[in-house]
Amino acid sequence: MAAFYFELVSPEKLLFTGNVEAVGVPGSDGDFTVMKDHAPVMTTMRPGIIDVNESGAKSVRLFVRGGFADVSTKGLTILAEQAIPLDQLKADDIAREIKNAEEDLADAANEDARTKAQERLDQMRELKAALGI
Amino acid sequence: MASLKDLRTRISSVKATQKITKAMQMVAAAKLRRAQMAAEAARPYAERMGSVLANVAGGMKGSGPALLAGNGKDQVHLLVVCTAERGLCGAFNSSIVRLARERIYALQSQGKTVKILCVGKKGWDQLRRQFNAQIIDLIDLRSVRNLAFSDADIIAKKIIALFDAGEFDVATLFFSRFRSVIAQIPTAQQIIPAQIEGGAATASAYEYEPGEDDILATLLPRNISVQVFRSLLENAASEQGARMSSMDNATRNAGEMIKKQTIVYNRTRQAQITKELIEIISGAEAL
Repeated sequence: MAAFYFELVSPEKLLFTGNVEAVGVPGSDGDFTVMKDHAPVMTTMRPGIIDVNESGAKSVRLFVRGGFADVSTKGLTILAEQAIPLDQLKADDIAREIKNAEEDLADAANEDARTKAQERLDQMRELKAALGI
Repeated sequence: MASLKDLRTRISSVKATQKITKAMQMVAAAKLRRAQMAAEAARPYAERMGSVLANVAGGMKGSGPALLAGNGKDQVHLLVVCTAERGLCGAFNSSIVRLARERIYALQSQGKTVKILCVGKKGWDQLRRQFNAQIIDLIDLRSVRNLAFSDADIIAKKIIALFDAGEFDVATLFFSRFRSVIAQIPTAQQIIPAQIEGGAATASAYEYEPGEDDILATLLPRNISVQVFRSLLENAASEQGARMSSMDNATRNAGEMIKKQTIVYNRTRQAQITKELIEIISGAEAL
């Protein structure tokens, strides 16, 4: 498989840079996989798992708390709000996120905020179920 | 003429001061390395953010949301002045404040309204003497040990809330860019309306998911947080750099002072001994 350039940055640091074969991205309108020569796309991300397939069997999975994915002719750039490698992710982190989302939902003042908080809560719960922790 | 005892106290007091400045210099050097690493680690994100924003803005039809295009007015300016929480770092704080002050005078002479948001206590201390009426808030980062993105996010949210409430039209960020240990450059950067670095790029045919507007609506506030975060990190590194070099100077000055005082002390002691000897000899001769 052909490789393309991929970058993963969070506000605190550059987490990953290099050539990869495929990256699974949790887009806010649905998951998609980016491979070489993907059409240029710009999308927001929901909280979920990024699946980086470097070459052959070697792959890295990271949890992201949302952000942006930018596919251009040069490659894929992911601007993550926060990214944690899956093996360092603890059940507490997810539990805390869920609690935060629940609080947001309770505090939501208007319809818009409530929808957003509810969405986030659902996404976090889904994620928790998927990870089985 | 100071007595020998006076001289001794003076020397030991300068020695004590030198110990303190030396210690401060070493602490600043250690902190500087960490701050510099943090500032460098944050740079890629800010750069990518800028290019993504340029891409989106370049491919956009129409003027876009207010955070990007401004609200069409230029009357009320908000100056976000970021300084340190502590002093004893040379001209670091005053050079940022000076830049802000010049800007305030320039704006006022053009008949614009100025509002100030202080981040960091030292800038507030200096600005409130002249511009107490214009200062709308002070954000204290004293309790923050390690600067995290969430701290910048809080400040950015505050700025955006003020903008949405129509409190100001243009926002500018004042901070010190870290060039090296001896050079920190006070900088003013406009954040609202957003400045696209290197002009709007001619974007390839992008597809947007969800819509273009939705993306910009999340991207623009995020961009402000990133800019604030970057300026806070640059500031932190600059502060430590400035402190390190000014404490280095202070230590050297103290060393010189000790040398001079010691010479005076030795001379005085010698003079006194000579005087006493003469007294004894002339006393013996008189017998």
